Amino acid sequence: MADLEPIVGRYLGVDLGGRPHRVYFEEAGQGIPLVCLHTAGADGRQFRHLMNDAAVTRHYRVLAFDMPWHGKSFPPAGWHDEEYTLTTRGYVDMIMTFIRTLALERPVVLGCSIGGKIVLELARLHAPAFRALIGLESADYQAPWYDDTGWLHRPDVHGGEVCGALMSGLIAPQSPGETRWDTLWMYMQGGPGVFKGDLFFYRADGDFRDRVGQIDTSRCPLYLLTGEYDFSCTPEDTLRTAEKIPGARVTIMKEIGHFPMSENPTQFRKYILPVLDEIRAHRA
Amino acid sequence: MMPGVFDALPALVNGNEPLVRRGRYCTTTFLVEVGETAWLVSVHAGRVDRVERGPFLLRAWSFAVRAPAEAWQKFWAPVPAPGFHDIFAMTKGGHARVEGDLQPLMANLGFIKDLLAAPRRRA
Repeated sequence: MADLEPIVGRYLGVDLGGRPHRVYFEEAGQGIPLVCLHTAGADGRQFRHLMNDAAVTRHYRVLAFDMPWHGKSFPPAGWHDEEYTLTTRGYVDMIMTFIRTLALERPVVLGCSIGGKIVLELARLHAPAFRALIGLESADYQAPWYDDTGWLHRPDVHGGEVCGALMSGLIAPQSPGETRWDTLWMYMQGGPGVFKGDLFFYRADGDFRDRVGQIDTSRCPLYLLTGEYDFSCTPEDTLRTAEKIPGARVTIMKEIGHFPMSENPTQFRKYILPVLDEIRAHRA
Repeated sequence: MMPGVFDALPALVNGNEPLVRRGRYCTTTFLVEVGETAWLVSVHAGRVDRVERGPFLLRAWSFAVRAPAEAWQKFWAPVPAPGFHDIFAMTKGGHARVEGDLQPLMANLGFIKDLLAAPRRRA
Protein backbone atom coordinates (compact mmCIF):
# COMPACT_ATOMS: atom_id res chain seq x y z
CA MET A 1 0.00 0.00 0.00
CA ALA A 2 1.28 3.47 -0.87
CA ASP A 3 2.63 5.46 2.06
CA LEU A 4 0.45 8.52 1.43
CA GLU A 5 0.39 11.33 3.97
CA PRO A 6 -2.89 13.14 4.64
CA ILE A 7 -1.39 16.46 3.47
CA VAL A 8 -2.84 17.88 0.23
CA GLY A 9 -1.35 20.82 -1.66
CA ARG A 10 -3.13 23.26 -4.01
CA TYR A 11 -2.56 26.59 -5.74
CA LEU A 12 -4.73 29.61 -5.07
CA GLY A 13 -5.01 32.71 -7.26
CA VAL A 14 -5.21 35.91 -5.21
CA ASP A 15 -4.74 39.61 -5.73
CA LEU A 16 -2.13 41.11 -3.39
CA GLY A 17 -1.12 44.74 -3.55
CA GLY A 18 -3.03 45.09 -6.82
CA ARG A 19 -1.08 42.30 -8.52
CA PRO A 20 -2.12 38.73 -9.30
CA HIS A 21 -0.31 36.05 -7.31
CA ARG A 22 -0.32 32.28 -7.43
CA VAL A 23 -0.04 31.07 -3.86
CA TYR A 24 0.69 27.48 -2.87
CA PHE A 25 -0.81 26.06 0.29
CA GLU A 26 -1.11 22.72 1.99
CA GLU A 27 -3.73 21.43 4.34
CA ALA A 28 -4.70 18.42 6.40
CA GLY A 29 -7.45 17.62 8.88
CA GLN A 30 -10.96 18.74 9.59
CA GLY A 31 -12.57 21.08 12.07
CA ILE A 32 -11.52 24.48 13.33
CA PRO A 33 -9.32 26.19 10.72
CA LEU A 34 -5.75 26.59 11.97
CA VAL A 35 -3.73 28.84 9.64
CA CYS A 36 0.03 28.45 10.11
CA LEU A 37 2.55 31.14 9.15
CA HIS A 38 6.12 30.09 8.40
CA THR A 39 9.31 31.89 9.46
CA ALA A 40 11.31 34.37 7.36
CA GLY A 41 13.17 32.83 4.45
CA ALA A 42 11.48 29.43 4.77
CA ASP A 43 8.12 27.94 3.69
CA GLY A 44 5.06 26.01 4.80
CA ARG A 45 6.87 22.68 4.96
CA GLN A 46 7.84 23.70 8.48
CA PHE A 47 4.37 22.54 9.54
CA ARG A 48 4.47 19.07 8.03
CA HIS A 49 4.75 17.38 11.42
CA LEU A 50 1.78 19.30 12.79
CA MET A 51 -0.23 18.29 9.69
CA ASN A 52 0.75 14.64 10.15
CA ASP A 53 -0.26 14.62 13.82
CA ALA A 54 -3.67 12.97 14.21
CA ALA A 55 -4.03 14.52 17.67
CA VAL A 56 -4.14 17.88 15.87
CA THR A 57 -5.92 17.06 12.62
CA ARG A 58 -8.76 15.23 14.38
CA HIS A 59 -10.04 18.62 15.55
CA TYR A 60 -8.32 21.16 13.35
CA ARG A 61 -8.13 21.84 9.63
CA VAL A 62 -4.46 22.85 9.47
CA LEU A 63 -3.49 25.11 6.56
CA ALA A 64 -0.12 26.62 5.68
CA PHE A 65 0.58 28.80 2.66
CA ASP A 66 3.96 29.62 1.20
CA MET A 67 4.26 33.41 1.13
CA PRO A 68 4.86 34.83 -2.36
CA TRP A 69 8.59 34.49 -3.20
CA HIS A 70 8.81 31.44 -0.88
CA GLY A 71 8.56 27.69 -1.39
CA LYS A 72 6.27 26.84 -4.32
CA SER A 73 4.68 30.30 -4.54
CA PHE A 74 6.27 32.32 -7.32
CA PRO A 75 7.09 35.99 -6.98
CA PRO A 76 4.68 38.20 -8.92
CA ALA A 77 5.42 38.89 -12.59
CA GLY A 78 8.10 41.56 -12.94
CA TRP A 79 9.97 40.44 -9.80
CA HIS A 80 13.34 40.50 -11.55
CA ASP A 81 13.22 44.30 -11.71
CA GLU A 82 12.52 44.90 -8.04
CA GLU A 83 13.89 44.25 -4.57
CA TYR A 84 11.64 42.10 -2.40
CA THR A 85 10.63 43.73 0.89
CA LEU A 86 8.03 42.44 3.34
CA THR A 87 6.04 45.15 5.13
CA THR A 88 3.62 45.00 8.03
CA ARG A 89 0.75 46.24 5.89
CA GLY A 90 1.46 43.81 3.05
CA TYR A 91 1.80 40.88 5.44
CA VAL A 92 -1.51 41.58 7.22
CA ASP A 93 -3.24 41.97 3.85
CA MET A 94 -1.77 38.66 2.63
CA ILE A 95 -3.06 36.74 5.66
CA MET A 96 -6.52 38.33 5.65
CA THR A 97 -6.85 37.77 1.88
CA PHE A 98 -5.95 34.09 2.23
CA ILE A 99 -8.52 33.63 5.00
CA ARG A 100 -11.23 35.56 3.15
CA THR A 101 -10.65 33.85 -0.20
CA LEU A 102 -10.89 30.37 1.33
CA ALA A 103 -13.89 31.49 3.43
CA LEU A 104 -12.26 30.26 6.64
CA GLU A 105 -14.56 31.12 9.51
CA ARG A 106 -12.89 32.56 12.61
CA PRO A 107 -9.70 30.58 12.26
CA VAL A 108 -6.94 30.19 14.80
CA VAL A 109 -3.72 31.66 13.45
CA LEU A 110 -0.39 30.22 14.60
CA GLY A 111 2.73 31.99 13.35
CA CYS A 112 6.42 31.61 14.08
CA SER A 113 9.09 34.35 14.13
CA ILE A 114 7.87 36.87 11.54
CA GLY A 115 4.63 34.88 11.71
CA GLY A 116 4.64 35.18 15.49
CA LYS A 117 5.29 38.89 15.24
CA ILE A 118 2.46 39.56 12.77
CA VAL A 119 0.07 37.69 15.07
CA LEU A 120 0.46 40.65 17.45
CA GLU A 121 -0.75 43.00 14.72
CA LEU A 122 -3.63 40.66 13.84
CA ALA A 123 -4.62 40.73 17.52
CA ARG A 124 -4.56 44.51 17.56
CA LEU A 125 -6.37 45.16 14.28
CA HIS A 126 -8.64 42.17 13.64
CA ALA A 127 -9.30 40.39 16.95
CA PRO A 128 -12.98 39.50 16.24
CA ALA A 129 -11.94 37.67 13.07
CA PHE A 130 -10.06 35.00 15.05
CA ARG A 131 -10.95 32.28 17.52
CA ALA A 132 -7.47 32.53 19.05
CA LEU A 133 -3.98 33.67 18.10
CA ILE A 134 -0.73 31.85 18.80
CA GLY A 135 2.67 33.51 18.44
CA LEU A 136 5.77 31.33 18.49
CA GLU A 137 9.08 33.14 18.99
CA SER A 138 7.07 36.35 19.06
CA ALA A 139 7.91 39.79 20.44
CA ASP A 140 7.04 43.42 19.83
CA TYR A 141 10.77 44.03 19.27
CA GLN A 142 14.00 42.07 19.44
CA ALA A 143 17.53 43.47 19.43
CA PRO A 144 19.40 42.51 16.22
CA TRP A 145 22.19 39.95 16.41
CA TYR A 146 23.83 41.16 13.23
CA ASP A 147 24.08 44.71 11.96
CA ASP A 148 24.36 43.94 8.28
CA THR A 149 21.79 41.77 6.49
CA GLY A 150 23.83 42.35 3.34
CA TRP A 151 25.68 39.09 4.09
CA LEU A 152 22.51 37.27 3.09
CA HIS A 153 22.62 38.45 -0.53
CA ARG A 154 25.95 39.14 -2.21
CA PRO A 155 27.79 37.29 -4.94
CA ASP A 156 30.86 36.28 -2.94
CA VAL A 157 28.86 34.46 -0.25
CA HIS A 158 26.49 31.64 -1.21
CA GLY A 159 23.05 32.78 -0.05
CA GLY A 160 21.67 29.34 0.70
CA GLU A 161 24.74 28.23 2.60
CA VAL A 162 24.98 31.36 4.73
CA CYS A 163 21.24 31.48 5.52
CA GLY A 164 21.37 27.87 6.67
CA ALA A 165 24.57 28.38 8.66
CA LEU A 166 23.25 31.48 10.41
CA MET A 167 20.02 29.71 11.36
CA SER A 168 21.83 26.64 12.65
CA GLY A 169 22.66 28.50 15.84
CA LEU A 170 19.00 29.23 16.52
CA ILE A 171 18.24 25.51 16.82
CA ALA A 172 18.50 23.94 20.27
CA PRO A 173 21.41 21.50 20.71
CA GLN A 174 18.93 18.83 21.84
CA SER A 175 16.98 18.89 18.56
CA PRO A 176 17.35 15.66 16.56
CA GLY A 177 19.73 15.67 13.59
CA GLU A 178 17.10 14.82 10.99
CA THR A 179 14.71 17.64 11.85
CA ARG A 180 17.57 20.07 12.46
CA TRP A 181 18.88 19.54 8.93
CA ASP A 182 15.33 19.54 7.44
CA THR A 183 14.90 22.97 8.98
CA LEU A 184 18.19 24.23 7.56
CA TRP A 185 17.46 22.78 4.11
CA MET A 186 14.43 25.07 3.77
CA TYR A 187 16.69 28.05 4.47
CA MET A 188 19.26 26.78 1.99
CA GLN A 189 16.53 26.65 -0.68
CA GLY A 190 15.36 30.25 -0.35
CA GLY A 191 15.55 32.57 -3.36
CA PRO A 192 18.25 35.27 -3.54
CA GLY A 193 17.49 38.16 -1.21
CA VAL A 194 14.18 36.72 0.03
CA PHE A 195 15.29 36.09 3.62
CA LYS A 196 16.81 39.55 3.66
CA GLY A 197 13.54 41.03 2.39
CA ASP A 198 11.60 39.28 5.15
CA LEU A 199 14.00 40.60 7.75
CA PHE A 200 13.07 44.16 6.83
CA PHE A 201 9.76 43.39 8.51
CA TYR A 202 11.31 41.41 11.37
CA ARG A 203 13.99 43.95 12.23
CA ALA A 204 12.69 47.35 11.12
CA ASP A 205 9.06 47.71 10.03
CA GLY A 206 7.74 45.31 12.67
CA ASP A 207 8.77 47.32 15.72
CA PHE A 208 5.48 47.16 17.62
CA ARG A 209 6.64 48.51 20.97
CA ASP A 210 4.35 51.51 20.62
CA ARG A 211 1.19 49.53 19.90
CA VAL A 212 1.01 46.09 21.56
CA GLY A 213 -0.55 47.77 24.59
CA GLN A 214 -3.68 48.24 22.48
CA ILE A 215 -4.26 44.47 22.22
CA ASP A 216 -7.41 43.36 24.05
CA THR A 217 -7.21 39.64 24.85
CA SER A 218 -10.84 39.61 26.01
CA ARG A 219 -11.75 39.89 22.32
CA CYS A 220 -9.39 37.13 21.25
CA PRO A 221 -7.15 34.89 23.36
CA LEU A 222 -3.43 35.30 22.73
CA TYR A 223 -0.83 32.62 23.44
CA LEU A 224 2.91 33.29 23.20
CA LEU A 225 5.37 30.39 23.26
CA THR A 226 9.14 30.87 22.97
CA GLY A 227 12.04 28.42 23.02
CA GLU A 228 14.75 28.81 25.67
CA TYR A 229 17.52 28.52 23.04
CA ASP A 230 16.16 31.29 20.80
CA PHE A 231 18.66 34.15 20.95
CA SER A 232 16.95 36.03 18.10
CA CYS A 233 13.61 36.43 19.86
CA THR A 234 14.60 35.60 23.41
CA PRO A 235 12.34 34.42 26.22
CA GLU A 236 12.97 37.84 27.81
CA ASP A 237 11.71 39.57 24.64
CA THR A 238 8.49 37.57 24.76
CA LEU A 239 8.00 38.06 28.51
CA ARG A 240 8.58 41.81 28.17
CA THR A 241 6.04 41.94 25.35
CA ALA A 242 3.46 39.98 27.34
CA GLU A 243 3.80 42.36 30.29
CA LYS A 244 2.21 45.03 28.11
CA ILE A 245 -0.71 42.78 27.08
CA PRO A 246 -3.04 41.88 29.96
CA GLY A 247 -4.29 38.32 29.58
CA ALA A 248 -1.55 37.14 27.21
CA ARG A 249 -0.46 33.61 28.11
CA VAL A 250 3.27 32.91 27.94
CA THR A 251 5.07 29.58 27.88
CA ILE A 252 8.86 29.23 27.70
CA MET A 253 9.66 25.96 25.98
CA LYS A 254 12.58 23.83 27.19
CA GLU A 255 15.11 22.36 24.75
CA ILE A 256 13.69 24.35 21.82
CA GLY A 257 15.10 27.18 19.72
CA HIS A 258 13.60 29.45 17.07
CA PHE A 259 11.83 26.73 15.02
CA PRO A 260 9.69 24.70 17.45
CA MET A 261 7.42 22.96 14.93
CA SER A 262 10.19 21.88 12.58
CA GLU A 263 13.36 21.51 14.69
CA ASN A 264 11.87 19.26 17.35
CA PRO A 265 8.23 18.35 16.65
CA THR A 266 8.09 15.77 19.45
CA GLN A 267 9.12 18.32 22.06
CA PHE A 268 6.89 21.02 20.54
CA ARG A 269 3.70 18.93 20.68
CA LYS A 270 4.08 18.69 24.47
CA TYR A 271 3.55 22.44 24.53
CA ILE A 272 1.15 23.07 21.64
CA LEU A 273 -1.38 20.26 22.19
CA PRO A 274 -2.56 21.64 25.56
CA VAL A 275 -2.96 25.09 23.95
CA LEU A 276 -4.99 23.67 21.07
CA ASP A 277 -7.12 21.64 23.51
CA GLU A 278 -7.80 24.73 25.57
CA ILE A 279 -8.81 26.75 22.51
CA ARG A 280 -11.15 23.98 21.40
CA ALA A 281 -12.74 23.79 24.85
CA HIS A 282 -13.51 27.51 24.72
CA ARG A 283 -15.00 27.48 21.23
CA ALA A 284 -17.65 30.11 20.92
CA MET B 1 41.94 22.45 29.44
CA MET B 2 42.35 25.03 26.70
CA PRO B 3 45.68 23.77 25.30
CA GLY B 4 44.09 20.32 25.14
CA VAL B 5 41.23 21.65 23.08
CA PHE B 6 43.53 23.21 20.52
CA ASP B 7 45.94 20.28 20.46
CA ALA B 8 43.02 18.02 19.65
CA LEU B 9 41.50 20.29 17.01
CA PRO B 10 43.37 18.99 13.92
CA ALA B 11 42.43 15.38 14.65
CA LEU B 12 38.83 16.30 15.51
CA VAL B 13 38.37 18.13 12.21
CA ASN B 14 40.60 16.16 9.85
CA GLY B 15 39.18 12.88 11.11
CA ASN B 16 35.65 14.04 10.31
CA GLU B 17 35.38 13.37 6.59
CA PRO B 18 31.94 14.99 6.01
CA LEU B 19 33.13 18.14 7.80
CA VAL B 20 36.31 18.32 5.71
CA ARG B 21 34.21 17.89 2.55
CA ARG B 22 31.94 20.75 3.58
CA GLY B 23 34.99 22.93 4.17
CA ARG B 24 36.83 22.01 0.98
CA TYR B 25 36.66 25.56 -0.40
CA CYS B 26 37.94 27.10 2.84
CA THR B 27 41.59 28.10 3.01
CA THR B 28 42.38 30.77 5.58
CA THR B 29 44.13 31.50 8.87
CA PHE B 30 41.98 32.86 11.66
CA LEU B 31 42.58 33.96 15.24
CA VAL B 32 40.88 32.51 18.28
CA GLU B 33 41.42 34.30 21.57
CA VAL B 34 40.73 32.49 24.81
CA GLY B 35 41.01 35.23 27.37
CA GLU B 36 44.58 36.54 27.05
CA THR B 37 45.82 33.56 25.05
CA ALA B 38 45.81 33.78 21.26
CA TRP B 39 45.69 30.85 18.86
CA LEU B 40 46.13 30.90 15.11
CA VAL B 41 44.23 28.19 13.26
CA SER B 42 45.38 27.56 9.68
CA VAL B 43 42.89 25.76 7.46
CA HIS B 44 43.74 24.45 4.01
CA ALA B 45 40.93 23.01 1.85
CA GLY B 46 38.86 22.09 4.87
CA ARG B 47 41.70 20.50 6.85
CA VAL B 48 43.32 22.08 9.91
CA ASP B 49 46.95 22.35 8.83
CA ARG B 50 48.37 24.04 11.88
CA VAL B 51 47.37 25.35 15.28
CA GLU B 52 49.83 27.73 16.94
CA ARG B 53 49.79 29.34 20.35
CA GLY B 54 50.67 33.02 20.69
CA PRO B 55 51.81 35.58 21.49
CA PHE B 56 52.34 36.51 17.86
CA LEU B 57 54.42 39.24 16.26
CA LEU B 58 53.50 40.63 12.85
CA ARG B 59 51.27 37.71 11.94
CA ALA B 60 48.29 38.12 9.61
CA TRP B 61 44.89 36.53 9.99
CA SER B 62 41.51 36.97 8.28
CA PHE B 63 38.97 37.06 11.09
CA ALA B 64 39.09 36.73 14.86
CA VAL B 65 36.78 35.17 17.43
CA ARG B 66 37.52 36.43 20.92
CA ALA B 67 35.96 35.36 24.21
CA PRO B 68 36.95 34.86 27.86
CA ALA B 69 38.03 31.34 28.88
CA GLU B 70 34.82 30.85 30.89
CA ALA B 71 32.69 31.56 27.82
CA TRP B 72 34.62 29.05 25.69
CA GLN B 73 34.30 26.48 28.46
CA LYS B 74 30.52 26.90 28.37
CA PHE B 75 30.55 26.84 24.56
CA TRP B 76 32.43 23.51 24.55
CA ALA B 77 30.15 21.83 27.12
CA PRO B 78 28.64 18.63 25.69
CA VAL B 79 25.20 20.23 25.85
CA PRO B 80 25.81 23.98 26.05
CA ALA B 81 23.42 26.21 27.94
CA PRO B 82 21.22 28.77 26.13
CA GLY B 83 23.33 31.77 25.11
CA PHE B 84 26.52 29.70 24.87
CA HIS B 85 25.45 27.24 22.17
CA ASP B 86 26.51 29.36 19.16
CA ILE B 87 29.19 31.98 18.52
CA PHE B 88 26.54 34.52 17.50
CA ALA B 89 24.50 33.80 20.60
CA MET B 90 27.68 34.68 22.50
CA THR B 91 28.33 37.87 20.49
CA LYS B 92 24.74 39.05 21.00
CA GLY B 93 25.03 38.31 24.71
CA GLY B 94 28.28 40.25 24.97
CA HIS B 95 30.34 37.13 25.73
CA ALA B 96 32.34 37.09 22.47
CA ARG B 97 33.51 39.34 19.65
CA VAL B 98 33.85 38.48 15.97
CA GLU B 99 36.13 40.88 14.09
CA GLY B 100 38.29 41.35 11.02
CA ASP B 101 37.60 40.34 7.41
CA LEU B 102 34.31 38.51 7.74
CA GLN B 103 34.01 37.38 4.11
CA PRO B 104 35.98 34.13 4.59
CA LEU B 105 33.91 33.45 7.72
CA MET B 106 30.55 34.11 6.09
CA ALA B 107 31.44 32.24 2.90
CA ASN B 108 32.30 29.15 4.98
CA LEU B 109 30.11 29.80 8.01
CA GLY B 110 28.61 26.34 8.48
CA PHE B 111 32.03 24.72 8.28
CA ILE B 112 33.76 27.22 10.60
CA LYS B 113 30.98 27.01 13.19
CA ASP B 114 31.20 23.23 13.23
CA LEU B 115 35.01 23.41 13.39
CA LEU B 116 34.82 25.66 16.44
CA ALA B 117 32.24 23.37 18.04
CA ALA B 118 34.20 20.18 17.25
CA PRO B 119 35.74 19.95 20.77
CA ARG B 120 32.22 19.26 22.11
CA ARG B 121 32.52 15.80 20.60
CA ARG B 122 35.35 14.92 22.98
CA ALA B 123 33.01 14.65 25.95
